[in-house]
Order: sequence, then C-alpha cells, then structure tokens
Amino acid sequence: MKLLICGGRVIDPAQGLDRVLDVLVEKGRIAQLSPDIDPPTGAKLIPAQGKLVVPGLIDMHTHLREPGREDKETISSGTKAAVNGGITSVACMANTNPVNDNQAVTEFIYSQARKTGHCNVYVVGSVTQGQQGKLLVEMGELKATGAVAYSDDGCSVKNTEVMRRALEYASMLDMLVICHCQDADLAPQGVMHEGLISTMLGLEGMPALAEETMLARDISLAALTGARLHIAHVSTAGSVELIRQAKARGIKLSAEATPHHFSLTHEVVRNFDTNTKVNPPLRTAEDVAAIIEGLKDGTIDVIASDHAPHTSAEKEAEYNYAPFGIIGLETLLPLSLTRLVHSKAMPLMDVIARLTINPARILSLDKGTLNVGAEADITIIDLDKRFKLDIAGFKSKSKNSPFQGAELQGLPVLTLVGGKLNTSEY
Amino acid sequence: MLLNSKDFLEIKQLTVPEIELILSTAESLKEISQRDIKKVPTLRGKTIINLFYEVSTRTRTSFEIAGKRMSADVVNISTNSSSVLKGEGLKDTACNLEAMKPDIIVIRHPAPGAPHMLASLLDCSVINAGDGAHEHPTQAMLDLLTIREKKGDIAGLQVAIVGDITHSRVARSNIWALTKMGAKVTVVGPKTLIPPYIEQLGVSVSYRLAEVIPKADVLMILRIQLERQHGGFFPSLREYSKLFGLNLEKLKAAKTDVLIMHPGPINRGVELDPEVADGPYSVILEQVTNGLAVRMALIYLLLGGVDI
Repeated sequence: MKLLICGGRVIDPAQGLDRVLDVLVEKGRIAQLSPDIDPPTGAKLIPAQGKLVVPGLIDMHTHLREPGREDKETISSGTKAAVNGGITSVACMANTNPVNDNQAVTEFIYSQARKTGHCNVYVVGSVTQGQQGKLLVEMGELKATGAVAYSDDGCSVKNTEVMRRALEYASMLDMLVICHCQDADLAPQGVMHEGLISTMLGLEGMPALAEETMLARDISLAALTGARLHIAHVSTAGSVELIRQAKARGIKLSAEATPHHFSLTHEVVRNFDTNTKVNPPLRTAEDVAAIIEGLKDGTIDVIASDHAPHTSAEKEAEYNYAPFGIIGLETLLPLSLTRLVHSKAMPLMDVIARLTINPARILSLDKGTLNVGAEADITIIDLDKRFKLDIAGFKSKSKNSPFQGAELQGLPVLTLVGGKLNTSEY
Repeated sequence: MLLNSKDFLEIKQLTVPEIELILSTAESLKEISQRDIKKVPTLRGKTIINLFYEVSTRTRTSFEIAGKRMSADVVNISTNSSSVLKGEGLKDTACNLEAMKPDIIVIRHPAPGAPHMLASLLDCSVINAGDGAHEHPTQAMLDLLTIREKKGDIAGLQVAIVGDITHSRVARSNIWALTKMGAKVTVVGPKTLIPPYIEQLGVSVSYRLAEVIPKADVLMILRIQLERQHGGFFPSLREYSKLFGLNLEKLKAAKTDVLIMHPGPINRGVELDPEVADGPYSVILEQVTNGLAVRMALIYLLLGGVDI
C-alpha cells in the first residue's frame, strides 16, 4: 500500500523543516519527502493543500485504565480516542488495578495493545511496589519487558531515602523517572488550588507549596544521583522557576505541562463543576502565564494530556467526593493550537516540537519525526478551522472534560499510525 | 417582589433588595410564633423535606417548626436511618425524593456545593442549611435580623467574627451578608485558622482579640471544633481559650451596648465563658427565635409569597 500526501505544509521540528512538500508512504514507512512527487501507480492520494503535515503526536502521560477500570476506559477505547485526537503514540501510567509494578502487568498491557490498540502504546511501570512508596519494583525486569519509564504518578514517593534509591537504581539502567511532585502532608484533604476561590467556596486547598517543596527535593535528588528526571504536569509559577534554575545548573531534567493547566484557572471551580477537579489543581492566572512562558522558553519540554477518564457516575457527585481527573486525548491538539499558536504565544514549530520530537527523545523512542525511513506516524491538521467542542462525539469512554462547548481553532483531520489511515471526527 | 432564584443556596449571590425582602418578611411573620395558636394556613398542601447529612438540633428543628407553623407538611430524613447507609449517592437520593413531588428540599451536607448540585438536578426549590465550610445562609439571615432588631441599622457597625474562620460556613455567610449591608467586618482568630486571601472579601484580619473588643458593636463568637486541635491548628484548648475565648474580664473593655452572638452549639468555657453566654449582652437565644422567623419567611417567599 502506497500513500501520497500531496501539497501539505510539512512541519518537522526534528529536521527544522517547515515547507510545502509531498510525503510518500510505503510499507508503513516514510519513503520520500520532496516537492512534487510523481504519484506511483496504485498510490492512494491524500490531498493536504492548506493543511499541516506533522509527525504523529506523542502523548507521554495518559491513563488507559486497563487492567482494572475498563468501565472508565480500555486500551482499545483510549487509543481510539488518541488517534481521533491526532495522537499516534501514548505512554500509559502505572496506576491500574493491579498496579503495573511487575512484568506480568506490563506484558498484559502490551499484549492488549497489540490485539485491541489503535495506536502505539508505551508502558510506564511504577517506581515502588503497589505505588506504596516503600519497596522498589523490579526495574530491570520491567525494562526488559518494555517499560519506557517509571512513575508512581498520582502521588510522590514520600520517603526521601526510597526516592534516592529509586533514582540511583533507575540511573544505573539509564531509565527515566517521572515524578508527580506533591507533598501529601501539605494537602491531605485538598480538592482544589489553595487561594481566594478555595477560601470563598470553603473547599480545602492544595497549596502551590505542596508541589514546589517536593519538586525542590526531587531536583536535589536528581543532582545527587545523576538520574534522568521528568516532572509531570507542572502547575505553578514557582515550579516553572525551579525547573528553569535547575536546568541552568545543568541538572538532567525535563518537564511537561497539560493543556488544562495552561488554559484554565481556579476560577472555573466556582460553580462546583466536578469536571474541573484535577490533580494537580487548576491554579491562578499568574501560574497559567508562567507555564506558557516556560513552554515558550523551553523550560517545559513537553505538552501532555494527563488523560484521566472517570465515569459520569463518579463525577456526578459532591465536589469533595468526585475523583480527580480530566480527559485530554481529544483536546490536546486543539487546545495547544488555540491557546498557544493562535493566541500568538508561541511559534507553531515550537508547539509541534513539544508534542512530537521532545517527548520521543525524553522517552528514548525512535519516533516523532518525518525522516525518510521513519515509521509513518503522521498527523494532518487543519490549523485554522474554528469549531465548538462537543464532547458527545469523543471516542473516549468517559466524558469528564471541562471544555464542553469551548470555541477552539485548529484540529486534526487525518492520522496515520504506521501508515494506517484514520479520519478524525470533531 | 420575589426572590431571583428558585433556590436559596448562598448569601454570596444574593442582592441587597433580596436580603431586605427576607428580613422584612421575617419581621412580619415573627408575630405568628407569639400567638396562642401558632399556625397559619398559608402553605397548606405544600411539602418540605429536611434532608440532613450532618447532625443538627437547632437548624433542623427550626426548619421543621417553620414549615409546620405555615401548615406545610414536613418530612425529616436523617442519613443514619436512610438509604445513604446502603451507599446511595446524593444524586439518586435527590431524584427519588423529587419523584414524591416535594416543594422544597432543605439540605445540610458536609461537602461544599452539595446543595448546588441538588438545585441543578431538581425542579423543586432547594435551601442550603449548611454545606461544609462553604455557607450557612439562613444563619447569616437570622444574624442580620437579630442585629437589625437591636441596633436599627446594620450599615457602619463594627462586627468582629471570632474563631475558626477557615472551617466556618457561618463566618463565610456572615462576611457576605454583613459587608453587603454595609457593616465593617473584622475576622479574629489564630493565624492557622484564618484562610488565605480572606481580606479580599472586604474584611480586616486581626490575631489579637483584645485590640478588637473595644471597637466592636457586635462580637460574633464561633464554635471551636474540638478536633481542630488534633489537626495541629492550635496547641491546646486551654491556650485557645486564653487567647481567643471571651470571658467577663476581656469583656470589660467592650462597648456598653455590645452584642454577643454565637451560632451554637456553645463549648462553654472554651470560646465563650458561661457568664458571658448567659449575660446581659448575649442575644444567643434571640438568634434562635429569629432563626424560626427567617426560615418561615424564606419558605414562604420561595413558595410564591402570596398575601398571608
């Protein structure tokens, strides 16, 4: 099967490429990249005039919920949502049930992904057994089974000694550790950002400090151990500054931000909509501005969704009792384009880099570029299309998004995963 | 004039004319409770459900009697003897109750926003009888009524709210109510129990009760919840009482016409000494009497507000 994507504006940050080119796909790989390619006989033509052609997006922070909570999401439905959102590779977090702390669960996820998946799936194992923060997982075995990183995402490894050993051991294996930085003692019952709105609503707050103190600890540990550390879903201005300073000191560190953390503030909690309940919480306008600044100057390397599906039954509850989480696979690209590109906050090339080659490099994946010979993971984007977001059409099993009805600009129209074609529906 | 909403969820959203309407209606209904036959037929055929997810003596009884004095049928549900124990969620409970066609559901719940959730799900009126640390709007209304009865005008009064501001729905509702009516509000308490950015709600903050007492026209003392000590918010009840409890000695510095208020239940000897609680400046039991009038007014206004 041959495909020829004709006349699109090809943007490939890995090659510094931004020009109108044709892309020829053969046997699931990129065969040729040049202007005005003569269509080979039998090739399917995909007109892309006026569209962007970019490497398939890589979302390095998702929760696919399988095994354990298939009522929220499955590997099948989650990867279908990913592809609909223009994402061709996802890394899925370890807080499944059972926790992905052993090679059997990792092997199961890869097996399910092969059988039922719609895009590339990469598995993140936990740091500690059962995510209990006490005993290390068999990191070597997990790596051998295909895990691409370790994370106790959802919480921090509280015990600093355990975290030190985890980072030392992971660095021996040259493996990445992804940290959800939060001092649980500083936000034991918190459900939203600690600030004016939490004071008004009488909801217990999670102070910015809870993230920043743990981040400062983890930066010190990274400096000590030389481990590769990745900071998940940065949410505060103070965190952005800590990461900026750490990078300036030469510490091996990368970081991600989510679209909801650069699009929304704690103001949206005012009506007690549980779809705004997320961990880390939505913070202030100053934090949003700092995250965008951090994305712009490269302090924050990656945009990731932290796709966290929950059933409507769970979210239709009192704010205190509803689970944390926002779905994000199908809003990752439209929100990034609307809030960062169309708002003129960032150049398009840099936004695409944070969705493609940057996460690929951090996870050591041979992905995220349109180099000749690369697997044909390609996303075709209508950059200027304006639309009103309707979550009812999402492919994710869960609908917990605070962006229902949002007026957005820019969406994926076509996605190729290893050369296999999917049409996006919005 | 009627209220702007089918529900009564928070003082925050209330307009001054709405507050005035509830107060003046309460003033005119208060007389019913002084009659020999304490009942009017106004709300005959109306049904009120009291849905209480927290224990309550004053508020639940007050709503029940308020309904009965207006001839409404009042049903009480407490969660320790209902399907909540079987794990039924608030949404299902609410929808099942509404299927029995009540006119008002009065809800008290430990989670902020629970009444709002109910209000968005149901066609009947919802009254917030206290939602976590968020609001207790009928308490603020009865406090306004009590202050207005004693002081005439609320505007310009110096009101100190003393105690655990962070966890207090009474404090929040009163901050909105009093500032809307033009009073000057100071919140007083240990720094650990004053929530961040509270001054942005238009109040002053003090950590020294002694400095606040001489200026205050009203001292509103909040219940200190004993479990807060174990949360590490202050070292001991003994120290709390010394620094923030009100006793006769501290009261010597107060204005001669100061009002002492407390939403109850009182921890005698902790935040309030018995001599003060039962003393001449205390209007604590009048607050309870006014609570009844305010709740009668509220259910009357929510159910249409025709001539009595």
